[in-house]
Amino acid sequence: MLTADRKIAVPAENTPIRTEDEPVDIVLEEQGISLGESIRLAFTSLMANKLRTILTSLGVIIGVMAVIALLAIGKGSQDAIAASITANGSNMLTVRGGAANAGGARGQFGSGQTLTIQDAQAIADPNNVPAALLVSPESGGGGAQLVAGSQNLGARITGAQPSYQQIHNLSLADGEFVTDAEVTSIDNVVVLGANVAQTLYPGGSPVGQSLRIRGQTFRVVGVLNAQGGSGFGSTDDGVIVPISTAQRKLFGDRAITGGGGLLVSSIVVQARDANSINAALDQISTVLRDRHQLPANGTADDFSIINQQDILNTAVQSTKVLTLFLGAIAAISLLVGGIGIMNIMLVSVRERTREIGLRKALGAREKDILTQFLIEALSLSTAGGLIGCILGMLIAFGVNLSGIVQASVAPLSVVMSIGFAMAVGLFFGIEPARRAAALSPIVALRYD
Amino acid sequence: MAAIIQVEDLKKFYQMGDVEVQALRGVDFTIHPGEFVAIMGPSGSGKSTLMNLLGCLDTPTSGRYLLDGVPVERLDKNQLAVARNRKIGFVFQQFNLLPRSTARENVELPLVYRGGISTEERQQRAAEALDSVGLGDRMDHHPRELSGGQQQRVAIARGLVTRPALLLADEPTGNLDSHASEEIMALFKNLNDQGITVVLVTHEPDIADHAERQLVIRDGQLASDIRKGQEEVAHAHS
Ligand SMILES: Nc1ncnc2c1ncn2[C@@H]1O[C@H](COP(=O)(O)OP(=O)(O)OP(=O)(O)O)[C@@H](O)[C@H]1O
Ligand SMILES: [Mg+2]
Repeated sequence: MLTADRKIAVPAENTPIRTEDEPVDIVLEEQGISLGESIRLAFTSLMANKLRTILTSLGVIIGVMAVIALLAIGKGSQDAIAASITANGSNMLTVRGGAANAGGARGQFGSGQTLTIQDAQAIADPNNVPAALLVSPESGGGGAQLVAGSQNLGARITGAQPSYQQIHNLSLADGEFVTDAEVTSIDNVVVLGANVAQTLYPGGSPVGQSLRIRGQTFRVVGVLNAQGGSGFGSTDDGVIVPISTAQRKLFGDRAITGGGGLLVSSIVVQARDANSINAALDQISTVLRDRHQLPANGTADDFSIINQQDILNTAVQSTKVLTLFLGAIAAISLLVGGIGIMNIMLVSVRERTREIGLRKALGAREKDILTQFLIEALSLSTAGGLIGCILGMLIAFGVNLSGIVQASVAPLSVVMSIGFAMAVGLFFGIEPARRAAALSPIVALRYD
Repeated sequence: MAAIIQVEDLKKFYQMGDVEVQALRGVDFTIHPGEFVAIMGPSGSGKSTLMNLLGCLDTPTSGRYLLDGVPVERLDKNQLAVARNRKIGFVFQQFNLLPRSTARENVELPLVYRGGISTEERQQRAAEALDSVGLGDRMDHHPRELSGGQQQRVAIARGLVTRPALLLADEPTGNLDSHASEEIMALFKNLNDQGITVVLVTHEPDIADHAERQLVIRDGQLASDIRKGQEEVAHAHS
C-alpha cells in the first residue's frame, strides 16, 4: 500500500529560526479553538454516550418537571379557592350575632343570638348605612325532611328575602324567586336547590307542585340553577323559603325573642364598592351598637362583622404558603438533579482522563478542555430543563383534563426553573471541568 | 545549520514518597533538521522520559531544551500547548486514537485545536494526510475496524497533519508484528526523505537500523551516539 515514490505535502511549514532574545510569544502566537468548534466537540461527546447523557439529564428533567407542575397546581388551587369565595359575591360583609370571639362565624340559633329582622331593616335604611347597596337578612334553620309524593329528602332550609338572590348571584332554572309579597304575607312557598329538585322530582318540572316540610304544605315556586362548588352555603342541596315563613312557621320556637323580635342568623350586606367596605363596616357597627344600647366605651360588640375580603386574603395567603412549600420541595429535587450532573461529570472526567491527556498532547489548551466540559454540563442541564418544562406543562394539562383543579403554568416559573437548571449545570460543571483541564498531558495519558 | 533539538544537561527526577527516581541524569545532544534518529536502551533506562520532555508533554527537573531555537522552559502552559500543536507530531506506542471517532476525525483533531482553519480545509488536509500514509480508502472507519498497523498509520497521519518539522515516536512498532513494523518504518523513512526530522524510540536493533543515527541511553545517561558508517560522534558524560 505504501508507495515509496509518493510525494506528500508535508515539508515543514517554516517556523522562523529565532535568536534567543526575541520574545517567545512572537513565534508561538496563540490562535486556538473557536466557540462553535467547542460546542461541536461537546455535542459529539454527548452523542457518543447517549444513555449516560439521558440518565444525567433525568435528575434535572424530574426536578424542573416537579417545579413547574407543582407550582401550576398550587396556583390553580389558589385561583379555585379565591373564585369560590368571590363567587359568593364581592364587597360583602356578613353580620352575625354574638361577640367576634364567641364563635360568631358558626353561630346558629342559640348562643348569643342578638340580631333581629328589625336590625336588618335599620341597616337597610340608607340614612343609617349609606354605604350599603343590598341587605339580606338570612335565617338558617338547619335541616328538615322534605316529602314530595313518595320521595323523601333531608335538606337545609334558609329563610330569605328577594335581595338574597342578588347578593348570592343566584339564577333560576325555572319559576321565580321568593317575592316581597310572599315575605309580607308569610306564604308557604319554596324555591328548590338544583340537587333537591333533581331528587324529589326526577323527570318532571317541580314548579306548581306541592311538598311537605314539618307537616306543612308548601308550593314550589322556583328551581335554582346548579351553582357547583361546595363553598360557603352552596345552594344546590338546600331550599329557600320566605324569611317570615321560616321564622314564624318553621323555626317559630327558636326564632322569636322574648321581646317579640324576630331573630335572624345573619345579615349579609353588599357594600356599594370595594372602597366603601370600611365605611359600611363602621356604619353598621354604629347602628347596631345604638339599637342594642351598648355604651360608647368599654362594652364589647354583641355581634361580629366578617369581611369577605379578609377571608379571601387569608385563604389566598395560606394557599400561597402551600404553593411555596411545594415549590421548595421541587427545587430541592432540582438541586439533587444538579448534584447528579456533577457526579456524572466527575465520573466522565475520570473515564476520559486518557482522552483529555491525548487532546492536550495534540495541542488543546486548558481553557479548550474547560470550555468543552462546561458546554457539556450546560447542555445537559439546559436540555434537561427544557424537557422537564414540557413534561411539567403536560402534567398541568393532564390535571386540567381531569378537572380537579385548573392548573395554570406561570411564565415566571418556566423562566426561573430553566434558568435555575442552567445555573445548576454551570455551577456543578465547573469543578469537574476545572479538574479535567488542569491535568498534565503525560499524567492524563498514563492514567488507567 | 541551526539545531531543531538541542538539550543541555537535561535531568528528570521523580519523587516517589521518600525515594527519588533519577530517570534522566543529565543528557546533552543536538539533532539537526532532516535527521533520522533512533533512541535505544534497556527497559527503564529513561527513553520514554526523554521523549516526553522532547515532546513538551512533561517538564524537566533541570537543564535546557531548545526546540527549534525556542527555550522550552520559558514557555507558559498555553505556549507549550501551541508548541505541541505546531512544532511536533507525536506518535505513541498505544496509538491513542479516539475510539468513537472515525480515522478522519482523529486526524483532524490537531487542526481543530490549532484553530483558524475552515472545516473544509481541515477535512481536506486530514484526507491528504491519510492518503499519504496509504489509508485514503479508510477515512470513515473507526479505529476498531482497522488493524494495528493501520491504526498506527492513522496516528502518524495525525502527527503529520499540522505539517510539523519534527516527528517524535515512542516505540511506534512496539505493538505491531514484524510485517506491519516494516511498513511503518518504510513510512517514516519516506517522510524523512521529504525533510521531516524523525526521532523514534525502539528496542529492536533491526528497527533502529533504518535510522542514520543511534543514541543509546543507559541508566538515565547517554551511553553512545553513532552515525551509520561513522565512528561514534560523542561520548556520554562520565
Ligand atoms: N511518572 C513516574 N513516576 C515515577 N517514576 C517514573 C515515572 N515514569 C518513569 N519513572 C521511572 O523512571 C525510569 C525511566 O522510565 P522510562 O519510562 O523513561 O523508561 P524506558 O526507557 O522508556 O523503559 P521501557 O523501555 O520499558 O519503556 C524508570 O525507572 C521508571 O520507573
Ligand atoms: Mg518507554
